[in-house]
Amino acid sequence: MVDDAVIRIAGNSQDGIQTIGGLLARLAGRTDQDVITYMTIPSTISGGPSIFQVRIGSGEILSPGDQADFLVAFYEHSFKSHIGFLREGGICLYDSDEVTPDTSDKRFTFVPVPLTSATVEAVGGTAKDRGKNMFALGLLCSVFDLDRPRLVEIISRQFGGKDESILRNALLAFDAGYAYPLGDILDLAFQLKPAVASGKNRVATDGNTAMALGLIAGGVRHGAGYPITPWSPIMEQLRVELPQYGGMFIQAEDELAAISIALGFSYSGHLAITGSAGPGLSLKMEALSWATMAEIPLIVINVQRGGPSTGLPTSVEQSDLMQAIYGSHGDCPRVVLAPKDVEDCFYIAIEAARIARKYSVPVIILSDQALSSRIEAFTEPDLAKVMVDPVLDLSPAPEDYKPYPLTGETRHAPPGTRMSGGSYPVVTGLEHDEMGHPTSNPDLHMKMTARRRNKLRRLEAELPTPEIYGDAQGEILLVGWGSTYGPIREAVSQLREKGLKLAAIHLRHLHPMAPGLEKVFDRYDHIFVIEMNDEGVYGQGQLATLLRSRFCNPKIRSICKTDGLTFKIREIISGIDDFIAVTA
Amino acid sequence: MSTITIKRPETSEPVAKLDKKALSADHPTWCPGCGDFAVLASFFKVVQNLGIPHEQICTIAGIGCSSRFPYFVNGHGVHYIHGRAIPLATGVSLSRPDLNIFVFGGDGDGFSIGGNHLEHAARKNLNLTYVIMDNFVYGLTKKQTSPTSPVGFKSKTDPWGAQDEPVNPMRKLVASGATFVARTHAAQINHMSEMFERAIKHPGFSVVEVLSECVVFFKGSFDAANPRKGGEFPLIPEKQWDESPDDWKAHDTTDLSKAIKLAEDPWPGKFGVFYEVERTTKNDNEHALIADAQAKVGNASSQEILAKRFARMR
Ligand SMILES: Cc1ncc(C[n+]2csc(CCOP(=O)(O)OP(=O)(O)O)c2C)c(N)n1
Ligand code: SF4
Ligand SMILES: [Mg+2]
Repeated sequence: MVDDAVIRIAGNSQDGIQTIGGLLARLAGRTDQDVITYMTIPSTISGGPSIFQVRIGSGEILSPGDQADFLVAFYEHSFKSHIGFLREGGICLYDSDEVTPDTSDKRFTFVPVPLTSATVEAVGGTAKDRGKNMFALGLLCSVFDLDRPRLVEIISRQFGGKDESILRNALLAFDAGYAYPLGDILDLAFQLKPAVASGKNRVATDGNTAMALGLIAGGVRHGAGYPITPWSPIMEQLRVELPQYGGMFIQAEDELAAISIALGFSYSGHLAITGSAGPGLSLKMEALSWATMAEIPLIVINVQRGGPSTGLPTSVEQSDLMQAIYGSHGDCPRVVLAPKDVEDCFYIAIEAARIARKYSVPVIILSDQALSSRIEAFTEPDLAKVMVDPVLDLSPAPEDYKPYPLTGETRHAPPGTRMSGGSYPVVTGLEHDEMGHPTSNPDLHMKMTARRRNKLRRLEAELPTPEIYGDAQGEILLVGWGSTYGPIREAVSQLREKGLKLAAIHLRHLHPMAPGLEKVFDRYDHIFVIEMNDEGVYGQGQLATLLRSRFCNPKIRSICKTDGLTFKIREIISGIDDFIAVTA
Repeated sequence: MSTITIKRPETSEPVAKLDKKALSADHPTWCPGCGDFAVLASFFKVVQNLGIPHEQICTIAGIGCSSRFPYFVNGHGVHYIHGRAIPLATGVSLSRPDLNIFVFGGDGDGFSIGGNHLEHAARKNLNLTYVIMDNFVYGLTKKQTSPTSPVGFKSKTDPWGAQDEPVNPMRKLVASGATFVARTHAAQINHMSEMFERAIKHPGFSVVEVLSECVVFFKGSFDAANPRKGGEFPLIPEKQWDESPDDWKAHDTTDLSKAIKLAEDPWPGKFGVFYEVERTTKNDNEHALIADAQAKVGNASSQEILAKRFARMR
């Protein structure tokens, strides 16, 4: 019995590897097991090496895992590139029709299975490259003693409804894989400890889907976007989902139009969403400034990828933080949030909608490529508690209507509102007075600039200080944001087991930041900010730079990386090691 | 026809008939003699004629002298960013079928920085009315070459005279897929009002180019089309389909190739409606998607719809 297992499946993108991963993840979710997946897809459309990694376990799973316990290699190139990822004592199951490994390497157990020919035998000649994935899934089901009836049910749901022969072939291949005689590796192998039943429904999905559904739960019914990896799945889903709720998502001709259409929705009284990856965010900047000035609420999602420019379009990076906070002309305060895992993508979208409405501000959500595509299982949200049904308020505006009071919240009168005082509002990007009339009065510009900034100060005051994970005081504090949450926590757990006193905090609110951080910082000797961006000219990553300028605390130092891959636990630990010995 | 319904609050107040006073806001900041004054006066007249309820007027503009228009109309309005008024208006139009949406802007705003948006809004046939106040120059930024400046026009960026082939607005607009395309002159207030009224009544993307003189940076630019300045104002005779003897010679406004041909007339060209057809609007298409999707989910509440979506991920 083991607590958890990391399975890496390596092949080419057209082999349906993502499908196996998705099915395994869903199975884990349904059996109360925890799961995190990780995948790479080549940026070219067809072919090219691809992997899917699933970590399933009975406890809390935080990261996709540094090393694999089990490797399935479809091709020679898959074998060569990934055998180094297998832990010592791990099992390598390979397609003996394609791969000829050096089996004298005693660190691993090699299990040859003629995946290609056995699948053809099971399904028939046309199946040559199709169905290998289902055969492999059948094998994994028997090796890991997974819940076969449930898996069959999930497969049937996935492939049912279409051409009947597709489901039949999928099940033929799956059953053949399941029945394939593997001999004594079954004794060697892993049986996962049964998970403690939570009694609650669990769901498994990826970060982009969770984000799209969070927007819906938060009462967002309108949006516009332009396709770009890895943001597109959010817009594709909203395009299909929103009409059911009486809303719409528009595919625009470019990002400038996308944010403008979204602002048109918001101005009309329907809080809207737009999004993109970094390059598209650059194009949205001028309009974002207008949203801050006109105080029109808006949600903007940036699913970050490797930059600058087209950069590494299918890799992960956290290098758009400064852009999110400062990337426009003028003093342009806006809210920036970042979800920590897939489940949080759902809740942060709801929070973004709440903040945008309450303060009439643009809110940027910084997701990233890793979060967007990986699948995690989590407890199904209690929709009765979180669901927001938006209402368009067109009740007549009072005679003393004042959209931008120097103290107090913004009050918009969307078009269609009867103005009792007889004077109708023009919403503008020019500096304006409390009534919205353009003015270049120096005193008013100062007051209005402060007014826009103070909205964020009021928000700051209501934010909770992030909880401390680990020792309440000690040697080291790790600070993270975004998708590094899991690996940072695991690093803390591993180092605490070694007797070190340390902790981690994770910032979900990046602008404004929650109050009370300085008090937390005071309790540790060293503070390391872990982030996937460059250390810059002055040796600090983007969040570290912000924290240093905010707290003037020289204890704050950076552990950065830019290889386009998620942080491994050992990379975090060795990053700390570079400053102070922790792995002696 | 729209499937999305906007719930309006009940009011017992009588709807006041709009007069010029009720419609006027700030006094225009345009230079004395600027053609844009006449465009505003004509707009007021048409809005009064059509009896559009006050709260349903929504004027939207980008940046430029002409784009200051919304400030001078007492109605809901947006002064947005340079070149992007059309996409902002798209969001308003699609989600608010209860409003009358008017976009105003200049030649630089519409044909240069916003050119791409114009193409796509026209192609998608968004339901709104767009008035391009064309003065063949960048007014607000004080005399640079605009995309409609004629070859030879001496500007601050082409002191030796503009060299690039200008945009032919009628040809571009007709070719873009706009479903109502007309041309008028700010000194011809009756003709301009007639064009506005027809544009507003047209279901779909209606666009009117108004030759509106910038008296400071391109004085006399449109005299050739002004009879009071010794020019001519030749109207397009529109086919009446009434079998009258000369009707065959008149312009068929539903004929795309003839409309494009008409756009090739030498300066000052003709005035009136170049093209007018009815085609499904983007608004209709989006609203039909909503109607279909809502028919499928029946009376389910939003929470029930989302709960079903989650159940599929269990
Ligand atoms: C992004 C951006 N670029 C440039 C400008 C400066 N600008 C303001 S109006 C304008 C041109 C205006 O010309 P036109 O649209 O023809 O309007 P007109 O003033 O002639 O009515 C320019 C270049 C701006 N406001 N924003
Ligand atoms: S500069 Fe030209 S376009 Fe602008 S207001 Fe003056 S006359 Fe009109
Ligand atoms: Mg101009």
